[in-house]
Amino acid sequence: MSAIVSIRDLHKNYGRFRALAGINLDVAEGEVVCIVGPSGSGKSTMLRCINLLESYDHRGQVLVDGVRVERGRALASVRKDVGMVFQSFNLFPHLTVKENIVLAPIRVRKLSAEAADEKAQALLERVGIAEQGDKYPEQLSGGQQQRVAIARALAMEPRVMLFDEPTSSLDPEMVSEVLEVMQALAGSGVTMIVVTHEMGFARQVADRVVFMDEGQVIESGTPEEMFDHPKEERTRLFLNAVLGHKEAKKSE
Amino acid sequence: MGFAETFFNWGVFVSSLPLLLSGLKVTLQLGLISIVFGLVFGLVIALVRIYAVRPLSLVAKVYTDVFRSIPLLVLLIVVYYALPFVGVRLSPFMSSAVALVFVSGAYAAEIFRAGIEAIPKGQFEASQALGLGYRHMMADVVLPQAVRIVIPPLTNNSINVIKDTALASVVAMPDLLKQATQAQALEANPTPLIVAALMYVALLWPMVLFVGRLEKRYRRGER
Repeated sequence: MSAIVSIRDLHKNYGRFRALAGINLDVAEGEVVCIVGPSGSGKSTMLRCINLLESYDHRGQVLVDGVRVERGRALASVRKDVGMVFQSFNLFPHLTVKENIVLAPIRVRKLSAEAADEKAQALLERVGIAEQGDKYPEQLSGGQQQRVAIARALAMEPRVMLFDEPTSSLDPEMVSEVLEVMQALAGSGVTMIVVTHEMGFARQVADRVVFMDEGQVIESGTPEEMFDHPKEERTRLFLNAVLGHKEAKKSE
Repeated sequence: MGFAETFFNWGVFVSSLPLLLSGLKVTLQLGLISIVFGLVFGLVIALVRIYAVRPLSLVAKVYTDVFRSIPLLVLLIVVYYALPFVGVRLSPFMSSAVALVFVSGAYAAEIFRAGIEAIPKGQFEASQALGLGYRHMMADVVLPQAVRIVIPPLTNNSINVIKDTALASVVAMPDLLKQATQAQALEANPTPLIVAALMYVALLWPMVLFVGRLEKRYRRGER
């Protein structure tokens, strides 16, 4: 298996705050990697370095399919190949659902309007909202909007999909519909890097779980290793806090 | 002479009408040219202010600040009466157009800037993540949203530009106000002035109503 995303010695500072302190991570083609960890641990920052929404220190590097991610010519082709789903959806509010999806394929991949439209319809079916194509984002529920955002990213046929806390701004009853779509994607072989607080999803869907804290990768392994036999004290504390909290909530 | 005969004298009205209409035409020409060039100029200034390298962006900022501070009448007189001393001699129409474009461009730039900056960061990030280049990001995502925000204030700005064309009468531009004062002197009767005032109102009232409707609609749309 070859690494589609390769992160080496990734550093980033905000002033004197060390957001990322030497991250190393390889993600293989077809792999589903979930990044977990406390808020402010640098998970999202690391994810955003992969398509350079966030810049990083020169000493480190991020490679996507062997190409260094940096300002310049190569960036456009990297971004074509890296899809991203945001916590706050970031759909284009002045465009219909379908227009949201076809925009980049037409403008960047130079697809014909008909081909792009056909693809958009297929993708809407894939994320389970085939009949909403002519609506505007504000007419949809949060869960539906996030599914449109997933379809929009998929329309570029990316090599890898980044998910930045995709369910964190959703009402609880809409979380599962988005996770189901993501689970189906994982099952169909899409390479995914998912920053999430959904431990159930990580356990069920991830090939590998990475635990981050204070800008570093503390530990990574299969979901079984990570959830049932964490080696590091910090991982254990975090999981106890998160999962214990969940249990407590359920028993309320 | 009675009130009606003084202020709404039919004979004076008829004889001064051709002069007033020619003045109205000049006012409209000057207004339209100043609005169109002011808008284009303002958009360029706004883009430079937001996206250009530091020194250029600073120039744009100083420009908008200075030209929003200087009274239009002062600028107009400087352009028409002072520039000839350094060899720049502009016709009354050109002087007025230049002054109006410079000032309305500065206001338009501030409006465009506010409109673009009101677009959430996530819209830019989503565009970039999709691989859209700068041109497509602006043309397909940012500006269409910014335009909705800026249309009401830009229409207001355009109303002001048309009103301000009346200042051009001080540099002997044969605009509506100038022709009205001439006709009034000629006829020794204020009717042309009253008619000119009514013409300004008839011209701008619909635009004022239009702005009101737009503002109402966009406020509702936001919810």
